Amino acid sequence: MTDYKTHEHDVLIIGAGGAGLRAAIEASAAGVSVGVVCKSLLGKAHTVMAEGGVAAALANVDDRDGWKVHFADTMRGGQYLNNWVMAELHAKEAPDRVRELEAWGALFDRTKDGRILQRNFGGHKYPRLAHVGDRTGLEMIRTLQDHGIHRGIEFYMEHTVTRLLKDGERVVGAFGYDRERGRFRVFRAGAVVLATGGIGRAYKITSNSWEYTGDGHSLAYHAGADLMDMEFVQFHPTGMVWPPSVRGILVTEGVRGEGGRLVNNRGERFMFNDIPDLYKNQTAKDAEEGWRYVTGDKSANRPPELLTRDHVARCIVREIKAGRGSPHGGVFLDIAWIKEKIPNAPEHIRKKLPSMYHQFKELAGVDITAEPMEVGPTTHYAMGGVRVDGVTQMSTVPGLFAAGEVAAGLHGANRLGGNSLSDLLVFGKRAGEHAAAWAKEHAAPAPVEGQVRDAAAAALAPFDRASGENPYTIQHDLQDMMQDKVGIVRTESDMASALDGLSALRRRSANTRVEGNREYNPGWHTALDLENLLTVSEAVARSALDRRESRGAHFREDHPSKSDEYARHNTVVSRASDGSMRLRREALAPIRDDLKVVIAENNA
Amino acid sequence: MPRATFRITRGSGESAAFKDYTTDVSEGMVVLDAVHQVQAESAPDLACRWNCKAGKCGSCSAEINGKPRLMCMTRLSDLDLSMRVIIEPLRAFPHVKDLVTDVSWNYRVKQRIRPFKPRKPDAPDGTWRMQQSDVDRVQEFRKCIECFLCQDVCHVLRDHHKHEEFAGPRHFVYAAALEMHPLDVEDRVGDLRGKDGIGYCNITKCCTKVCPEHITITDNAIIPLKERVVDEFYDPLTRLFRIFRPRKPEAGS
Repeated sequence: MTDYKTHEHDVLIIGAGGAGLRAAIEASAAGVSVGVVCKSLLGKAHTVMAEGGVAAALANVDDRDGWKVHFADTMRGGQYLNNWVMAELHAKEAPDRVRELEAWGALFDRTKDGRILQRNFGGHKYPRLAHVGDRTGLEMIRTLQDHGIHRGIEFYMEHTVTRLLKDGERVVGAFGYDRERGRFRVFRAGAVVLATGGIGRAYKITSNSWEYTGDGHSLAYHAGADLMDMEFVQFHPTGMVWPPSVRGILVTEGVRGEGGRLVNNRGERFMFNDIPDLYKNQTAKDAEEGWRYVTGDKSANRPPELLTRDHVARCIVREIKAGRGSPHGGVFLDIAWIKEKIPNAPEHIRKKLPSMYHQFKELAGVDITAEPMEVGPTTHYAMGGVRVDGVTQMSTVPGLFAAGEVAAGLHGANRLGGNSLSDLLVFGKRAGEHAAAWAKEHAAPAPVEGQVRDAAAAALAPFDRASGENPYTIQHDLQDMMQDKVGIVRTESDMASALDGLSALRRRSANTRVEGNREYNPGWHTALDLENLLTVSEAVARSALDRRESRGAHFREDHPSKSDEYARHNTVVSRASDGSMRLRREALAPIRDDLKVVIAENNA
Repeated sequence: MPRATFRITRGSGESAAFKDYTTDVSEGMVVLDAVHQVQAESAPDLACRWNCKAGKCGSCSAEINGKPRLMCMTRLSDLDLSMRVIIEPLRAFPHVKDLVTDVSWNYRVKQRIRPFKPRKPDAPDGTWRMQQSDVDRVQEFRKCIECFLCQDVCHVLRDHHKHEEFAGPRHFVYAAALEMHPLDVEDRVGDLRGKDGIGYCNITKCCTKVCPEHITITDNAIIPLKERVVDEFYDPLTRLFRIFRPRKPEAGS
């Protein structure tokens, strides 16, 4: 008999970042009982790190903006592999979701006439990102948190879910443990919403914290759901590269939005050397036009630093590989140069980018108002994830929903900056609403004792072994391998060897041993997270191997161009009955005619 | 490679004790890196909280050589490594294990502070108009990352354990952010005087000194709130006027 405590809710939400909190608020507004499980303390999820802003076509700064332009920008950025239903809903609903935050107490920077100010960002045609300096994510998560705590939602802080519980085809709850005492918990729920964020910890250099081990991806996969677009992992072009201990920490795109330029060790502004055809007629001809754009001249085009993240990251890698990098293996990002253009530039920079100033000053000893930063690509975001219905966010498993980074579809092959914060608001709300509706009609049956027993036995296995490997070593080896073989530049042979490597790591992970007891034991938690990391890593490698072309964030050195053959499907993986990972190509749904027109108009 | 020794609190309750760990030190390392290294090399079950590693989430609060600080923002190059670096959990909260304490009290206190209540929208489309200067006034308070270092250092909590009667600096910053919010119409002054116990603060400014976000907690948040309490409850003229004062405007939805 397994010892555990049971909690019952209509809707169980796993994850308390922006998507989880927004889903919880919506579900509770529908009058159902809501539980939120989060791995860390409330308010610490990765949303807190988002800096630049939330994309919404409010048209406060440029009245030419509107949902159609935002939709077209998102589709273009995603290289048309996006779920267009989601892209349309997202573009139409984001403005309301942002205004709603203001009604809940969020304070955004203002325009002269007192409305929400918007800033430029990569891939967005007009200034579109509502922001608060460079700490927009903190403002958003705190607003949602402070609103949510008064809605009767039950929060389970520092709890981790290791398995979803099923009744036939339906998901009816989850099994997990509390960190503090290591006691088991069973959550019964009519509907479960995954809002667990990303998979960054599968890589060595990442902007993600320890939490982002692909839990939701893996939970859904093992419960029988489809994962889609897993080959598309966004490497943010600008992470810190020095000192070594901060390698990977994000440097906001807002630096480039405010005029920051990327320069190699010859002092060359190299982004002007390679502008993709899709963006030729939207990119500045020279530095002068680029500056006019970032200072609000509506007739100017954006500087090439504000091209999409996939492209900028590849250009940076090329400079570094060609020996034109900075001393610590990055390139230079210079915002200090704007002192040539405006008076009191240092003050302006500190005002517009306060946390970047703080971060570089305290962690690297660099004053960004006086000298350039060293930056390089860092694993940032998974475009791929749980395949969901665009309207309801329900996965291919009944009763299981997903929203935010863990869900796939909105971003296609590459996400635009600022579209993740709007994603989690728009689809967090939708997931909460539809999960509540589902739960009202589907009560949770009692959990199947056998599933609980299996989950408990699996969780305790690392304690039972007399000898075995340190889980940290396996995690580090996995991260090194993924970085090396399934990173920004990919080849067939590297990825095939990565799949062999993953099999070997899987054998090792079945033989971990942890020291100590169940109370707040990070070694144990690391051992349990390995299964998730291995699952998502395999999904990324298999999907990337199958896509023999380069598109968006996925770059194949052996197939460097886009191919029409691959333009018409998404890559989907799921668990076969023998437990192996099965891959299939799922044809894109034909896009609605009126949306085709919108895209054509905006590409003209 | 140079090495350094870290004296870290291990265990929980009565059995908690210091244990020394020696590990390699490289350029640019912060205390949190050293703790992680110790975890991976010799103490896999060493408990500590962390998330962003960039001073933005406020998870890795600890006392380093006796000072409340974020482990991720404390560079080893700023410490004297010829001596052992002492790393202890926060003291104002119940100890759980190693470097982890039970900070749930903070979440309970926050929940009892009256939430944001906006005035009626300014425009027919349900939106508000605010000036940047109005927004700027409270940004300092909204920068708070809830690391609870200010709570840890405050003697009212740390030494006098007035957790039941005193909300602590973090929550005065939170109350100030709401009270000075350009749209908010709620009145929290009575609560501040009553159940939040703002009177216990005797302005020693320890909280301001430890704030990693450099929020001027005492001068900009607590003192103005204390002034509001005085104006509302102790100023004889105001007390007289209050009898005749019109009610605050009704809140919007």
